[in-house]
Amino acid sequence: MTADAAPATPGRLARQRRRQSAARFWRSYRTHRAGMIGLAALVLFALMALTAPLTVGSGVAGVTDAPGAPLEAPSLDFPLGTDRFGRSVLGLVVWGSRVSLLVGLLAAVLSVVIGTVVGVTAGHFKGAYATVLMRITDWFLVMPALVLAIALATVMTRSLGTVILAIGVTSWPTTARLVRAQTLAVESRPYIERAKALGGGHWHIMSRHVLPNVMPLVLAQTTLMISSSVLAEATLAFLGLGDPTVISWGGLLQDAREAGAVSAGDWWYLVPPGIAIALVALAFTLCGRAVESVLNPRLGVAR
Amino acid sequence: MTLLDVRGLTVTYPGGAEAVRGVDLSLEAGRKLGIAGESGCGKSTLALALLRLLPAGTKVGGEVLLDGEDVLTMRWGQVRAVRWAGASIVFQGAMHSLNPVHRLGDQIAEPILLHGGAPPAAAKRRAGELLEQVGLPAARARAYPHELSGGQRQRVMIAMALACDPRLVIADEPTTALDVMIQAQILRLIEQLVSEQELGLIMISHDLAVLADTCDRLAVMYAGRVVEEGPARTVYEDALHPYGRALSSAFPRIGDPASRFAPRGLAGDPPDPTDLPSGCAFHPRCPVALDECAVLDQPLREAGPGRRAACVHVGAAVPPPAGPAQDVRSTT
Amino acid sequence: MVSDAVTAPVARARRPRTGTAYPRYVAGKAGGAAVSLLAVLVTGFFLFRLIPGDPVKTMTGGRPVSAAQLAEYRREFGLDLPMWEQFTDYCRKALTGDLGTSYQFRAPVIDKITEALPNTLLLTGTAFVLYTALGMFLGTRSAWRHGKLGDKLNTGLALTLYSVPSFWLGLLMIIVFAVGLGPIPGLFPTGGMESGGKEGFAYVLDVAHHLVLPVITLVAVEYGQTLLVTRSALLDEMGSDYLTTARAKGLRDDLVRRRHAVPNALLPTVTLVFVNLGRTVAGVILVETVFSWPGLGGLFYQALSVPDLPLVQGLFLFFASAVIVMNTLADLLYPLLDPRVGR
Repeated sequence: MTADAAPATPGRLARQRRRQSAARFWRSYRTHRAGMIGLAALVLFALMALTAPLTVGSGVAGVTDAPGAPLEAPSLDFPLGTDRFGRSVLGLVVWGSRVSLLVGLLAAVLSVVIGTVVGVTAGHFKGAYATVLMRITDWFLVMPALVLAIALATVMTRSLGTVILAIGVTSWPTTARLVRAQTLAVESRPYIERAKALGGGHWHIMSRHVLPNVMPLVLAQTTLMISSSVLAEATLAFLGLGDPTVISWGGLLQDAREAGAVSAGDWWYLVPPGIAIALVALAFTLCGRAVESVLNPRLGVAR
Repeated sequence: MTLLDVRGLTVTYPGGAEAVRGVDLSLEAGRKLGIAGESGCGKSTLALALLRLLPAGTKVGGEVLLDGEDVLTMRWGQVRAVRWAGASIVFQGAMHSLNPVHRLGDQIAEPILLHGGAPPAAAKRRAGELLEQVGLPAARARAYPHELSGGQRQRVMIAMALACDPRLVIADEPTTALDVMIQAQILRLIEQLVSEQELGLIMISHDLAVLADTCDRLAVMYAGRVVEEGPARTVYEDALHPYGRALSSAFPRIGDPASRFAPRGLAGDPPDPTDLPSGCAFHPRCPVALDECAVLDQPLREAGPGRRAACVHVGAAVPPPAGPAQDVRSTT
Repeated sequence: MVSDAVTAPVARARRPRTGTAYPRYVAGKAGGAAVSLLAVLVTGFFLFRLIPGDPVKTMTGGRPVSAAQLAEYRREFGLDLPMWEQFTDYCRKALTGDLGTSYQFRAPVIDKITEALPNTLLLTGTAFVLYTALGMFLGTRSAWRHGKLGDKLNTGLALTLYSVPSFWLGLLMIIVFAVGLGPIPGLFPTGGMESGGKEGFAYVLDVAHHLVLPVITLVAVEYGQTLLVTRSALLDEMGSDYLTTARAKGLRDDLVRRRHAVPNALLPTVTLVFVNLGRTVAGVILVETVFSWPGLGGLFYQALSVPDLPLVQGLFLFFASAVIVMNTLADLLYPLLDPRVGR
């Protein structure tokens, strides 16, 4: 829209406006204490995952020359004890953050991309296409997503790609519904009428007018989806449907259960991965809710 | 004794908005007082303040004497006892003021039961009677709000307001959402019920003509204050305050073709209650403002028999030229 | 998926419009449900046949199998027939309750399901009643005093428990309350549904004893959703004019809430509770797995670790259909609860 309005320096104007609204967004976001706490936690987790090769190194996952004895209780050498192969649980949790966060992130992105495409097109093209699409969305919305994801993961080969796909293609309907509602709202505004009158095609309207307006919503939705994707990844890994060759938090919990940590009372093996999952999920949820209430104070989150 | 005596009422909302800034009003039993003003002038806030219905955190000052007792200093239990039994409210927009999931009869009977007026069976019978009193068949007691038209819902609200035989009825824009024919019916109904039962009535509206028609006395509010008060007819036909004049000329008058073709209004919006203008709050929009109006606040002063107005021109040697057409800018 | 809870009322509030249309509404909903069930059936078929290429290979999962055995399996599962015939055959069988034979148990899938179903209903039903009641109660209180400390603690705890993986919470419960940790003795059984050898009232008590930890786990991870939904539905009602009317009538604050605000907020909440059943199914699968509860969830876990494809498929069909049926029931219930929607 800016591009049409100021032919002289359209790019600069658009950038400037984007910068301004980002600054406005940040000012408003900063007032949400829970959102700031969530953001701080996320930064810490991201740093931990990114620096893991330096701090613990990929050797931490090796089974053959583990440094300690199996199932050692926490000590000075191993602050969180050792697992069933004698590896440091602390090191494994740090190393596992890489897979858990990566899979959560990619699955959420896949899910939100599907949801956005479905939502925008269903909102833009009305008629039979939208009806069919929304019926499919409703069907997926009601479906027990995890059961569907488990079924998918069961019949496909065990790999991270499978897990991402299984989570992504089962969790998009909420996003689709939200995005469609927003698309309908945007398209009822007068300037869409004007763009159509000026000869703007479907692609032009969807990409230049609708998409920029649904992006904030998509951002909030992505944040919330990462939270549930991290949980879903852990769940699939715990059920033995993850990639057995990599270390992830859910996989660690499965290992712990298989090693009999529950009945032996080896709490140090079980507690850290679970806390890590819960903290990351909670942090993303807090951020997502804060973003949501900044964008739409009436959503009822912060009232 | 005076039925309702409001003295120096002030209301400040949590955000700092001064919605009501020192209002004095009084009403005798069996009389009808109209309160007029634009939306945002504080008239609905005033109505809610009379029964302490404003949200928590709102500061209310002054006195509201209902039958000699100050509602603002009562214990909550006593306030609840006064509500509906002492004074009831006909809210604007009966669409939303009735609970959508309860039957009308139950909603009317609810205050009767609550205030110990009658056992359940009798309360139910009374609800039917009240419905008939407002011109609806008693069988409508079994209906839900969405099954009624707007006018019928407003009748239900009136029936509900009369349920506990209150001494005072406050009608807050009772006819705003209705079309003209229904509006007239509802007004006649209210008038009739009030005169039959010797109630006090406070009617709030932005429509000066309606109030002049229905009420004995009229108070015009602007920015949380009464700026003019007097007998309803006189205030309507010959307002002393420039705002009152603007308000009375804003509606076309039946039988006056000139006003129909050139309705007069007032430019600009009512002031922001969190940031009121200095001096007389009306001076930025006033067509006859003097320099001193921007500095000096104008209190209500005597302006003839039974009349008061808050304008620098009132009580001065020469009143400003009357007649709305010359001194009020027309809206575009 | 917190956003489900918060925003879905808007999306779900589809109501029939006129008074005498209830039979037509029922017909419409039933038709929609039939289409959904058919979609489940089709998905079940293709999910387990097309994606892996050859289900028999997946089923035998790398074990050495002779060509004769392979051919035998193919005939047994009808895989030698053309795809279309396979599909009609599968539909006909599924509609008559024949979901195939479990590879692992060598027993009809439908028998395994009906065997485990009562146990799941016991666990899920108990937890459902408790978490719905708890969520609605706390959600109402939270909304009524929104912004206060109690509300913040309430919502904070709900969000935290909501972020905790249900299976992990279950494992911790077992360590702390069943195995015993430090000074805490093991109070409850580590898993299963009964210790065996008990009859009559003793049996009931024994099952109840086994039920405690799984139910607590399930309630803890699920009530947050109901709390958030109730809270936001009630907050939407809070500004309503009819509440001012109720207050003006002289009603006490708790009566205004109980008699006027809550009934109105309940309607969107009820729908959402049913929409969220899909999530509960996930919780049930994990909790049953962790506590070795002999229900459908535990069965699902056993089936997918083999993997026992006919059983996985049968349970997939069952879970999906059950959720669709429950949702349709909620849709049919909605107009009966809301007088604005005629009957």
